[in-house]
Amino acid sequence: MFEISPPEWTAVLLSLRVGVVAILVATPFAIALAWALARYDFWGKSIVDATVHLPLVLPPVVTGYLLLLTFGKRGLVGGWLADHLGIVFAFRWTGAALACGVMSFPLLVRPIRLSIEAVDRRLEQAASTLGASPWQVFATVTLPLALPGILAGMVLGFAKAIGEFGATITFVSNIPGETQTISSAIYSLIQTPDGDAAALRLVIVSIVMSMAALVASEVFARRATRRLHGN
Amino acid sequence: MLHVEVAKQLGDFSVEVAFTSEGRVTGLFGASGAGKTSLVSMIAGLQRPDRGVISVDGDILDDATKSLHIAVHQRRIGYVFQDARLFPHLDVRRNLDYGRRMNRLTRDPVQETRLNDMLNIGHLLDRRPGQLSGGERQRVALGRALLARPRLLLLDEPLGSLDEDRKAEILPYLMRLRDEAGVPMVYVSHDPDELRQLASQVVMLKRGRIAAFGGPEILPA
Repeated sequence: MFEISPPEWTAVLLSLRVGVVAILVATPFAIALAWALARYDFWGKSIVDATVHLPLVLPPVVTGYLLLLTFGKRGLVGGWLADHLGIVFAFRWTGAALACGVMSFPLLVRPIRLSIEAVDRRLEQAASTLGASPWQVFATVTLPLALPGILAGMVLGFAKAIGEFGATITFVSNIPGETQTISSAIYSLIQTPDGDAAALRLVIVSIVMSMAALVASEVFARRATRRLHGN
Repeated sequence: MLHVEVAKQLGDFSVEVAFTSEGRVTGLFGASGAGKTSLVSMIAGLQRPDRGVISVDGDILDDATKSLHIAVHQRRIGYVFQDARLFPHLDVRRNLDYGRRMNRLTRDPVQETRLNDMLNIGHLLDRRPGQLSGGERQRVALGRALLARPRLLLLDEPLGSLDEDRKAEILPYLMRLRDEAGVPMVYVSHDPDELRQLASQVVMLKRGRIAAFGGPEILPA
């Protein structure tokens, strides 16, 4: 019963790869955006903030369809990327990573923003009086103090990414070995006669991975508090 | 030599001050709200004056008429805050070393040992700021500012958050620094006794203006 078959493994590993790539690529953008939202007041800030959170509330199928329109082979951005840089998203695992990155982006930005807001600006002032340039202040004070929050956001985003279904299947379909993640594999298995046992195995795997991610995220958050108090 | 001739509007309050000081320790004396911290943060470059000039040893750091404003991190002016502001994620050793690393200065073990002895912080190096007492924290903050090798050290009520016993503990260290560290200081306080012990010149501030300027004898009893 708990023997995981090679095609199931393929789906698990693909989910992990998609999740890792999605989060690693999305994190620098999330940090930059979280920084801007935490530290600056600019025109259109609430619109930017709302747009970031949009994937959280939009039907995933809508996000997937918008991705298809934009990053599909004939999409505005997708066509250009394919012609000029040879990067193709449509029906590739990279497209799954893009979909997962977009869907988990709000979960990534929020804790990072909160942890940057929690960094004491007076420590940054102290750093600059000691000769640190603005960039050095960011790298040696702001970022390390916000790091546990960043990690918590990354883990949470990763958990979301490996479980993403709606946007991914809409954008890159459900191709075994290329775009079939755990979620879409479970979906296919449920629709196959005799697929129940295999579906259940994958369900258990996904519960275990999600739990592990949530626990890790909690641990990072607790570490953040300790770090800010300097114990 | 520190030359300050600045004006700044801060809401309903304004600071308008001009003085030149050559003393080893220039005391800034005044009640809270007199504009001491605003003035010191202008010297540090954390705030920009609306009008005027600030220079240290002839080096112009601010000149509003030329829109000149040297950035905080390029001024080489140390700042010891009332609340120490040690970096909580670094141990004492790395807090002390921070300024040297940021300015890419070479290590000076002799100076390090001398300061550790002078401030009696050598036994704290492996601790985190959260594990230090208020007085220890303030001593580390002093060491950290001095190890960045500033040309001027600003001390903004460094004893302000300490009780009387702690104050009495830190004052001798400050006197030693004044006599041995060779860095001119601007010392902010609302306590005339503190300034009598430390300052060679005193700027007395009242509601953003200079009420008196002279030796420690101008301080109220």
